[in-house]
Amino acid sequence: MRAMNRKRNLATAALVAPAAAWLAVFLVLPFIAMLVFAFGERAPEGGYQPAFTFAQFANLPTRATAFWNTLMLAPAGALLCLLVAYPTAYYLAVKANPRYRLILVSLVVVPFWTSLLVRTYAWMYILGSRGIPNLLSMIGIEDVRLLNTPGAVLLGIVYGYLPLMIMPIYVSLERLDRRLLEASADLGAKPVSTFFGVTLPLSLPGVMTGVALVTILLLGEYLIPQLLGGGKVFFIGNALVDLFLQSRNWPFGSAIAVTLVAVVVVVLMLAMRIAWKIAGTRQVDLV
Amino acid sequence: MTKWYRENAPITAVKLADELMRLKRGSVTRRHFLGVTGLGLATAVLARQPGLFNSTAFAGDLGSQMSIATWPNYHDPATFEAFTAATGVAVEVNVFGSNEEMLAKLQAGGTGWDLFVPTNYTISTYVKLGLIDELDLSQLSNYDPSTQNARFTHEGMVDGKTYAVPKNWGTTGIAVNSSKIKAPVSSWKDFFEVAMTEADGRTMVHDYQLTTIGNALVSLGYSFNSIKPDELAKAEELLLRVKPHLYAINSDYQPAMRATDAWMTMCWTNDGAQLNRDMPEIAYVLGKDGGEIWTDFYAIPKSAANKPAGYALLNYLMAPQNAVKEHIANGAPTTDSRVLKLLPEEVTSNKIVYPDEASLRPLEFGAAVTLTDPGRAELMARFKAA
Repeated sequence: MRAMNRKRNLATAALVAPAAAWLAVFLVLPFIAMLVFAFGERAPEGGYQPAFTFAQFANLPTRATAFWNTLMLAPAGALLCLLVAYPTAYYLAVKANPRYRLILVSLVVVPFWTSLLVRTYAWMYILGSRGIPNLLSMIGIEDVRLLNTPGAVLLGIVYGYLPLMIMPIYVSLERLDRRLLEASADLGAKPVSTFFGVTLPLSLPGVMTGVALVTILLLGEYLIPQLLGGGKVFFIGNALVDLFLQSRNWPFGSAIAVTLVAVVVVVLMLAMRIAWKIAGTRQVDLV
Repeated sequence: MTKWYRENAPITAVKLADELMRLKRGSVTRRHFLGVTGLGLATAVLARQPGLFNSTAFAGDLGSQMSIATWPNYHDPATFEAFTAATGVAVEVNVFGSNEEMLAKLQAGGTGWDLFVPTNYTISTYVKLGLIDELDLSQLSNYDPSTQNARFTHEGMVDGKTYAVPKNWGTTGIAVNSSKIKAPVSSWKDFFEVAMTEADGRTMVHDYQLTTIGNALVSLGYSFNSIKPDELAKAEELLLRVKPHLYAINSDYQPAMRATDAWMTMCWTNDGAQLNRDMPEIAYVLGKDGGEIWTDFYAIPKSAANKPAGYALLNYLMAPQNAVKEHIANGAPTTDSRVLKLLPEEVTSNKIVYPDEASLRPLEFGAAVTLTDPGRAELMARFKAA
């Protein structure tokens, strides 16, 4: 009996070991290094020199705008994504002809085959003077500026992250037991109240997964604000790149990164709590 | 009668195995092995396919791939193609928006660059930090210090040793699209005023502390290189006031200027010449209140993975007949009198490229201290994050 237990433990250890080693080397160790750096000082030529100071954390308010932009635009982007994604996912899972469903679902994924960088560059041309503003000027609307505005960044975010939102919602809607909808109709509910009373609550786990997934990724977003915001719409990711790649202030960069991780954890916990509350006692399958 | 394909093969399988064992035992040289098996020729051919073999191939000492870090729109792509055709070494080009970014990458390590293009004011710091090697001039037969204009090239030498050789010199001025902006722009003071009025939402500044802060300082009447906290504070105030009116903060401004998304930008000589060549309505102006004059150099990082190829490309670029094509395409002024002689009249008479001495007089070379000064670094980061 004991031998069997030991065998099972060994098997578990063997299964977990690669993932644990991966996390230790590529997550825990770098995080510790970052924590150590965050209490250090910038070396005279840039980089890091050992010290013990809270100066970096005291300097955080100078990046308040970047934190604010990130904390506003990330959830706003996720919610906008949700508004576009839900009807799409609903159509795919419920309304679409099952014969074409697979093709339609793969169409959602196909854009992922091209690098996000290239697709975002394409948006730079569509939104730039030779794109939509040029078309608008033909019908007499002059001097429209779209590129390098917060709106362009939001558009890029919705475009880039849409598939990540559609997929979990689609899965939760597809698993939906159709008999519940029939029962609701039999009991006299109109389609609208069936949707809000049955379909929506049952798809909430998918919605929460999608929102959390997109929000978390957006909190670290760098590329889209850089390209579509012209370096003016600043996310924390951009501030980090600047501190490591331009001003070479590793300690301050580390302090911001540590703070960002803390913020993400708090946001995630809040999101989970809300999700549990809304979805009742059912588990939310999130990350 | 048809022949079996193996009869055409340069070597049979059995013989290849034999030769391989002989090579492993050390009884033949690598050269003999590569020659008799045909592998040397095969790799030499394959090495010309970039991306097929990214590791250093057996044949030839130059390897099959190298990497250069440089600036946007700064080379004639044909130059690298010709180099690859001549040597079999594919050149990967990385572009950067500031010297600070290059320094940050080199400090962090593992860049893989075999050659890079630092600006005059950074070289003493690279030497001090031990990030670049003294150049082995015996491998640069095409470089001739006696034909170089010392006014532009002296910063490549530190303590009498040559660490970097010049690519070209240039200025940092203002590119203005005159079909969009009617107000006269002839100084940095004008630049920032017009940026907030006629060119509202249409002006770009570099993503680069030296020029963005430096030109803001100049517009306020201070030195381009100031690190005095009170002067920097005034410059920051100006930059923060201008920021909401800017189109973008980006050192790669040519695409936006060409698309007329942007109407005015901080601009380097070579970009000014390229823009003006293709769109004559874009003028290039030097600030009469000051600004930057600079020289870009070639240097080889200490950490270079393929130094032989780095030297080979550098030597190739130093040959006047190659350099002259680069200068015609790129539009920056040369430091080398041999190249100057070969350049066509229309280039040497271009006032954007070779301005009058009088207009250069207010300009300043960047100072080494600006590269590492934490005040300037943090100001730039704050300005962008604001």
